Amino acid sequence: MHMLAILGRLAWRNLWRNHRRTIVMLAAISLGAWAMIFMTALMRGMVRDMIDDGISAMPGHVQVHNRQFRDDPSVANLIPVSDSSIVALFDAAGIEHWASRVRVPAVVTSERESRGVTLLGIDPAREKGLTFVSYEDVDGRFLADADDTGIVIGKKLAATLDTRLGKRVVLMTQDPGNDIADRGFRIVGLFTADMQAFEENYVFAGKTTVQDMLRIGDSVSEIFVVGDDYRNVEPLYTKVFELIGESAEVIRWYDLDSYLGAMLDVMDGFVLIWIVVIFLALSFGLVNTLVMAVFERVREIGLMLALGMKPINILGQIIIESLLLLALGLFIGSTLAWASVQPIKDGVDVSIVGEGMELWGMPSVLYPELLVSDIVLANVVVLVLGFLASLSPAWRAAHYEPIEAITKV
Amino acid sequence: MTAVRCIDLCKTYRQGDQDIKALDHVSIQIDAGGFVCLSAPSGGGKTTLLNAIGGLDRPDSGEVYIAGRRIDNLSKGQLAELRLRQIGFVFQAFNLIPVLTARENIEFVMQVQGVPALRRRAESMEILEEVGLKGLEDRRPAEMSGGQQQRVAVARAIVSEPALVLADEPTANLDSKTADDLMALFRELNERHNTTFIMATHDKRVMSYAKRLVRMLDGRIVDDILQHAA
Repeated sequence: MHMLAILGRLAWRNLWRNHRRTIVMLAAISLGAWAMIFMTALMRGMVRDMIDDGISAMPGHVQVHNRQFRDDPSVANLIPVSDSSIVALFDAAGIEHWASRVRVPAVVTSERESRGVTLLGIDPAREKGLTFVSYEDVDGRFLADADDTGIVIGKKLAATLDTRLGKRVVLMTQDPGNDIADRGFRIVGLFTADMQAFEENYVFAGKTTVQDMLRIGDSVSEIFVVGDDYRNVEPLYTKVFELIGESAEVIRWYDLDSYLGAMLDVMDGFVLIWIVVIFLALSFGLVNTLVMAVFERVREIGLMLALGMKPINILGQIIIESLLLLALGLFIGSTLAWASVQPIKDGVDVSIVGEGMELWGMPSVLYPELLVSDIVLANVVVLVLGFLASLSPAWRAAHYEPIEAITKV
Repeated sequence: MTAVRCIDLCKTYRQGDQDIKALDHVSIQIDAGGFVCLSAPSGGGKTTLLNAIGGLDRPDSGEVYIAGRRIDNLSKGQLAELRLRQIGFVFQAFNLIPVLTARENIEFVMQVQGVPALRRRAESMEILEEVGLKGLEDRRPAEMSGGQQQRVAVARAIVSEPALVLADEPTANLDSKTADDLMALFRELNERHNTTFIMATHDKRVMSYAKRLVRMLDGRIVDDILQHAA
């Protein structure tokens, strides 16, 4: 402990012997740490928004379907448990955020155009806030309840169909007996979505109305459940699985959309690579600084060795000096990164520089996500790699012969 | 009691394509409490002998004993421990650690030894007064004169009461008045603490203070005389 105290004191004072060099190095480390953490927060935010959009389109963190539904998403493959039983089961289990819906492929026809869409028969009260549609932002109104006979379509689809609010459209699909099931709906609302594809492909109608149209009674095609954290869906999955059992397929969001699921792993890997690449750039400066510091202090190191300090302590002194420099730079850089995120945490519009980003499933407004784990990762990686980078000059210093070092001019 | 014993020491340096015999079969014995001056012209071998005695350099052959313990075959770590516990050093120049104050420089060896802070503080302040530097304890080396720096180095060398103090050209960078003061201080400490002093010098003033004068030439001892010191 006494040795650590003297090594720490020597390291700290030596650090400030050459103010200018230390400040330049500190600025480089701080900038590097800032870039690591700030850019990671932006990228995390982008990926999180992509995943959020994906999950809100699926929707949910866990879904339940008929076992054949994913291969053939037709009305023939309904969940073999009645909707009223599902409601009783889920409410009794205390599951808060969930909804059941009818989901079938359909054709929507206006007086001028036709399009293939996905018809969603929903209970709007249950789904509020759980999907990509903001009820308050709908032109006209959103569905009032499951018995509503109106239809809500996307603005983009309305433009494609050359129709508008208040007009009627016809929805056509197949019932379980493969007979045509169709019905006219009045457009009561036009929704907008971050993703243009959502506006084109989804139409919403009342669940009971759709069930009647399809002649499927009290049956639904899918149940979705939303948990607290999309990264940790396992407890939710287990709970739903215990309720449903083997009668239907229970599936996690990242299994439902493996591309989206892979984004998480890719992002984690990318963050690490990003941190290491920036550190490699920094390490040249760090090693150079330490080599210079050692070179300038050869006689002093020789003196300490002559007075009885062991080589391991000289090694320790140089490493402590390096770690102090890194820790200080990391603290400044981390603080700057945190401060940089605060003014834009409510979103920054990147549409000017990222026109067409939607094509890649990326949102045009970016919400940075600053994770404590990313700050810790950046700090730990830099400290560990910095320690390794310091070993060479420290080793060199520790292996001077005292008498040669002390007489060096 | 014998403080230092060297038996048949040889050391050769390679300089260009020439072999320089720095020590040529040197044997010497120095008693505890001795105040010995090694004198030689430049290249005569006095610093090499001093370094061999201090465990800073290994002879090519021969044996070195400090307080009866053979040291020429010790490991680097063992030699560091020996220097830390038993030997005080005063070098010609660059004696102090620039980032430490006078008091911290004096405490340095004690701190490495693990002496508690309170005792370190008390002993360093006492020795600062003894070497006439009371009031300068918070100055860094760059803020002190050469003579003051050498006094700090002396204080550091003796504060942990080593049995042996080795001084290599301790007055080389000092004016005559400061050099006289330093030598008087050495003698006083030698007499008061019975510390063995071995100094390498070619300064006649330093030689005049020695109780024993060992003259070297071309790596050999050519004269070894007891004298009445100044």
